[in-house]
Amino acid sequence: MAAREHDQALFELALRMGDNALILGQRVSAWCGHAPVLEEDIALANVALDLIGQASLWLGFAGEIEGKGRSADNLAFLRADRAFRNCLLVEQPNGDFGHTLVRQFLFDAWHLPMLKALTSSSHERVAAIAAKSAKEATYHLERSEDFIIRLGDGSDESHRRMQDALDALWPFAGELTCADEIDVALAESGAGPDLVAIGAEYKDYMERTLKEATLTVGWEAPVRKGGKTGDHSEALGHILPEMQWLQRSHPGAVW
Amino acid sequence: MYAQMVKSTGEGVKSLEEMEPQERAFQERINADVKIEPKEWMPEGYRKTLIRQISQHAHSEIVGQLPEGNWITRAPTLERKMILLAKVQDEAGHGLYLYCAAETLGVSRDEMTEQLLSGKAKYSSIFNYPTLTWADIGAIGWLVDGAAIMNQVPLQRCSFGPYSRAMIRICKEESFHQRQGYDIMMKLVKGTPEQKEMAQDALNRWWWPSLMMFGPSDTDSVHSAQSMAWGIKQNSNDELRQKFVDQTVPQAEYLGLNVPDPDLKWNDERKSYDFGEVDWNEFYEVLKGNGPCNAERMAARRKAWDDGAWFREGLMAHARKKETRKMAAE
Repeated sequence: MAAREHDQALFELALRMGDNALILGQRVSAWCGHAPVLEEDIALANVALDLIGQASLWLGFAGEIEGKGRSADNLAFLRADRAFRNCLLVEQPNGDFGHTLVRQFLFDAWHLPMLKALTSSSHERVAAIAAKSAKEATYHLERSEDFIIRLGDGSDESHRRMQDALDALWPFAGELTCADEIDVALAESGAGPDLVAIGAEYKDYMERTLKEATLTVGWEAPVRKGGKTGDHSEALGHILPEMQWLQRSHPGAVW
Repeated sequence: MYAQMVKSTGEGVKSLEEMEPQERAFQERINADVKIEPKEWMPEGYRKTLIRQISQHAHSEIVGQLPEGNWITRAPTLERKMILLAKVQDEAGHGLYLYCAAETLGVSRDEMTEQLLSGKAKYSSIFNYPTLTWADIGAIGWLVDGAAIMNQVPLQRCSFGPYSRAMIRICKEESFHQRQGYDIMMKLVKGTPEQKEMAQDALNRWWWPSLMMFGPSDTDSVHSAQSMAWGIKQNSNDELRQKFVDQTVPQAEYLGLNVPDPDLKWNDERKSYDFGEVDWNEFYEVLKGNGPCNAERMAARRKAWDDGAWFREGLMAHARKKETRKMAAE
């Protein structure tokens, strides 16, 4: 791969990782003060904080590779919807607490093996950001898995709510492990992992964990995707105006 | 101050001579600055006063997440978003230690939550004001956390061990909160004319409610006299308010902002600022539930609790199932 194309692929990787963290962090942060128990207010703030921190690292790196002087904040607050590269899953609305937990679980179960694989990236910065983030993602997955099992195998109502959330969100999970040509190019250069292998690990993990949670998914359900290449659901167009509002209404101001 | 007008026994302070031996021994320990721990004997009034004060303080931290949480999704930079998230998370953490401190006195967190949601327990009046612009996040850190620190620093010396220790930890975090608030204000006053206007507008709206946080003058209050005798309260409301004004006015001057009080004047004799009278009618209206956001704050807390019932019950159901399976396996 030519150096320019390689940089372009790395830029896309950094945006995909950064935008996933940013948009999910933005969604999760909206729970602050509204969670079902105080410990969850604290835990959700913590998860959101980790994710925004990761977004800041990935987007900062994306700006450097691009070399046009855009900072992490420029990329987060002044980019248009179609230039966002997060997967569709993370932009889905918070819904009830069950939806929020299932969305997080489906994401974390991919995020951790993805980050672990990225720690062996041939690109030093990618490996370093991934190593730092993987520590946080380990804790996120532990928490998510614990809730999926306890609430899936909890009361009738908690089971029904978790199953409903899973039915609604499972179709979005496939995009996480679906490799496009950028992923393939990254894997070939050693900068990124083989998404097919991560997909196999993801499916194994899901089979085991969902069984324990007494929850089911349609393994053959059609995958809803597009976010990675900028074809988003309608949801993103409501997240960005809120998130970007101050920056856009006061051009050039320093905060 | 996150606890306002906390009622005590209302009976007036007893002298040592009037006390039974057990109570006298208790009071002598307080006078000698020895901490009282949860398992020790204490007068029922002391226990009840502390439960009221600590739970009110905890509720304030919990409700206090809402006005600031209102700006997390709109924070203008990633760093500001992280700082605000960390701050609101700290508030929830403070609520948690304070509920734990109150639990040592024999009240459960569920009972306290029920009292908050039914309107029986109060929380600080300040959280019933709206956060309308980003500058309000700066003003809350600077003024509201500043006023809270003024009150909480002496509470580190409170006679009740668990409350005193919770306060030591909380104070460290609050001073970081105040600095981040002031830093937001600094950025705004050095920014565009619109940003500076935003900062002045926030000061105009938050100044008087911040002074109200200390509560009305309590020089003649029997409740405060008893709390002072018990080492729960160290300073009068007026003393703390004066200290806050004296500390804050120079900070406003440094920012180049005007404190919205035409009567504010340096008094060279007292080496302190004279300032205008707080509108106590407004304060009592807010306490009665008629502030600008009382209804919204309580509705948000009730919704969080009610919507989360299935989550809490689901976890309990799982724990019961696990227990049954364990018993069956044994």
